[in-house]
Amino acid sequence: MFFLYPLGSILRAALDGSVLLDERTWVVVRRALGFTLYQAALSTLFTLLVGLPLAYLFARYRFPLRSLWRIAVAIPFMLPTVVVAAGFNAWLGDRGWVNLTLMRAFGLPEAPIPFSGTLTAIVTAHVFYNTTLIVRILAYTLEHMDPRLEQAARVLGADGWRVFWHITLPLLRPALLAAASLVFLFDFTSFGVILLLGGPQFATLEVEIYVQGVHMLNLSLAALLSVVQLLCTAALSFLYGRLLAQVIAPIAPRPAEVNLRTPCRWAERAFVGLMVLLLIALFVLPMVSVPIRSVARLEAARGERGEIRYGLTADYYRELFINRRGSLFYVPPLQAARNSLLFALLTVLLSLALGIPAAVALSRQNVWARRMDVLWMLPLGVSGVTLGLGFLLAFRRAVAFPGLVPLAHTLIALPLVIRTLQPALVSIPSHLRQAARVLGASPWRAWWRVEWPILRRAVLAAAAFAFTVSLGEFGATLLLTRPEYPTLPVAIYRFLSQPGGLNYGQAMAMTTILMLLTAAGVLLLERLRMPGSQF
Amino acid sequence: MRPVIVVLLIALAVLTACGPRQPATLTVMTHDSFAASEEVIRAFEQEHNVKVTFLASGDAGTALNKAILTKDAPLADVFYGVDNTFLSRALEAGIFEPYRSPLLTEIPTEFQLDPEFRALPVDYGDVCINYDKAYFAEKGLPLPQTLEDLTRPEYKGLLVVENPATSSPGLAFLLVTVAHFGDPGYLEFWKALKKNGVIVAPDWETAYYTHFSASSGRGPHPMVVSYGSSPAAEVIFAEKPLEDAPTASLVGPGMCFRQIEFVGVLKGARNRALAQKFVDFMLSVRFQEDIPLQMFVFPVHPQARLPEAFVKYVQVPEQPVLMDPARIAAHRERWIRAWSEVGWIIMD
Repeated sequence: MFFLYPLGSILRAALDGSVLLDERTWVVVRRALGFTLYQAALSTLFTLLVGLPLAYLFARYRFPLRSLWRIAVAIPFMLPTVVVAAGFNAWLGDRGWVNLTLMRAFGLPEAPIPFSGTLTAIVTAHVFYNTTLIVRILAYTLEHMDPRLEQAARVLGADGWRVFWHITLPLLRPALLAAASLVFLFDFTSFGVILLLGGPQFATLEVEIYVQGVHMLNLSLAALLSVVQLLCTAALSFLYGRLLAQVIAPIAPRPAEVNLRTPCRWAERAFVGLMVLLLIALFVLPMVSVPIRSVARLEAARGERGEIRYGLTADYYRELFINRRGSLFYVPPLQAARNSLLFALLTVLLSLALGIPAAVALSRQNVWARRMDVLWMLPLGVSGVTLGLGFLLAFRRAVAFPGLVPLAHTLIALPLVIRTLQPALVSIPSHLRQAARVLGASPWRAWWRVEWPILRRAVLAAAAFAFTVSLGEFGATLLLTRPEYPTLPVAIYRFLSQPGGLNYGQAMAMTTILMLLTAAGVLLLERLRMPGSQF
Repeated sequence: MRPVIVVLLIALAVLTACGPRQPATLTVMTHDSFAASEEVIRAFEQEHNVKVTFLASGDAGTALNKAILTKDAPLADVFYGVDNTFLSRALEAGIFEPYRSPLLTEIPTEFQLDPEFRALPVDYGDVCINYDKAYFAEKGLPLPQTLEDLTRPEYKGLLVVENPATSSPGLAFLLVTVAHFGDPGYLEFWKALKKNGVIVAPDWETAYYTHFSASSGRGPHPMVVSYGSSPAAEVIFAEKPLEDAPTASLVGPGMCFRQIEFVGVLKGARNRALAQKFVDFMLSVRFQEDIPLQMFVFPVHPQARLPEAFVKYVQVPEQPVLMDPARIAAHRERWIRAWSEVGWIIMD
């Protein structure tokens, strides 16, 4: 009701028949849909290629700073796109380090690697954002896989690759499917990345909805595009349900520690080393320019040419605490951080309270469950613009109430939570539960003693998702924002919307705070000991 | 899950429905870029024993959409932030009711675009090309004097513009070219610009901070479509006090677009008398003098004193482009579509 009703109201209000008859409409739809599917498929493929080895790395090997590296993969998920675009441009853009170094080394007049405004940029940014989905969901399954199967294959003479190909990968299929379907949906509805890094030649459905709805005020075309996008999401989720049913092989999960080992053979060390390099190149470098820029000042007065020298400064952070212009809309950083955290915690609680029962219900394999599954995934397929206008029509005055914020965030986090829990749930063999029941446990006790301990880690992973989604959600298109309850992303955009070095520096400082909060939150969630934990 | 959410929503509805009723409340719907001094707003609140609540509703287009969609049961009493490119749409949708503020007599008539007084002018600003002063000085490059100059080889690859489909300064600059070159003529100019290596950014933030060389983002390009007031902001928000602005605007005749922003009383406002008082207040010198440093646009009231930085660093164009809002409303979609078909589309 919190989702379908608003959606229904906006579609009813905006759709009219004439748009269906207009020939131009279908040209727009066809072009946008084609490109959307193409870039989503490409991005998902590359995200899998990066995410799968990383998940293997995190699940199986002990190496220095393991949990910190893991966080580095998780942070991008909540970063504002403007900041990410700036980070990537500083690293790979026409004047980025890579191109400048190459130009200097070979005396080239122009940047040798085109990046901004290319499909490569879009795909790279999608990989940057969504790898965490693959890593989290796959690492969970890999960690808890029964090592005896792989050991048996080894004993029978299979080498490492064969074991991976014939044993590990097939066991991984449900998780792989869940993760890939999520990544595909996220790429499918991608908005900021396409708009900021792609340039005007690329338009996905979501971008087209935004352009038509907001800049052309052409609501009926926007509504039609939303319906197309929604139908695609439903079809994809349905497909996922069908595929999932075919690949499940329930095997009792084992404690995570049994799978962890220290790399000792040279091939293993090379693998770990290579993966860490990948982590640095793809995740750390694009992000690191933000905290650096938040404490670095351009030494030469701007406008002077020549070498740019940097000086260290804490001015930007100090400045955050000063309401220099006495503005009514000044955002105190602590208050923004507090609001963001409060909304994030509420989102975690709400989405778990709704997501766990939903995932349990969905894991019962029947037709009904599959149909419901499609319904749960729909929020991912709806554009923020459409949903925002729908909220407005459906809830009128309540739409400015800050209590709605965690509810709206929950709506977005819920599909993630369910998809994270689902592979874990379906992999629990039913005989474990049945054994408990035979031994006299009540249904509730059987659940608490058998399923919950197995689910625990997956619940934490889901909580981390809900947390990051809420922290990074900009939300102004979704709801009406009350300046009294600013969040960190809102504050960042406020700074970036005006020129001036101080504004830029403060935006970077605010983003750094947001990054640190996310890292701390995710770290804390991963360390959390939950009641009833057995291992 | 259904019952949980129903209960929550009922709780919400109850909470929002029965707050304390005094003092009276006035709700003002704005776009996200609205800003004002706390002190100024408090003064209004005290004078009229009212609590003013602001609803930031997304960017200018989103906010207007929201106002239009809820016009039968408006969420606010006053709407601020519709500009001359969206004005006709707002008036056609009939979201405002006429209010002939007594203060209008003090405002120059050139800003009063609605003869029926539904939308009243509050502020204006110019969208102009900003340039990196040091770059042009160092290269000894003369400044482009006209739009045509921008297609000359010495300016190849120097200019960054915003996509008119996704950015309001981008649209403003497109309108400048339409005004100058005429209807199909502007497309020829854009083709020439494209050949001359113009960069198209999706929005102002990216254009200015990622591409423009004189901003703190230190991009590679020395000219960007921005605002006439940006050089003043560069001085006011400098990391270290600056002697002079690092940027300036190209303000030749017909090279800038004048954006005017309007306020209006929403039809069906619960508190019409107070809403009208607030509109008066926005046109008064007190509020008008607060505008420049909060929103970096000019007050429409001629007696409002400008801050020093504005007088010193903001160049006022001699003949900015002022296009009839009805003409913009009638053609904007077609102009933008034709622009995007100039050949920016690589994928099909």
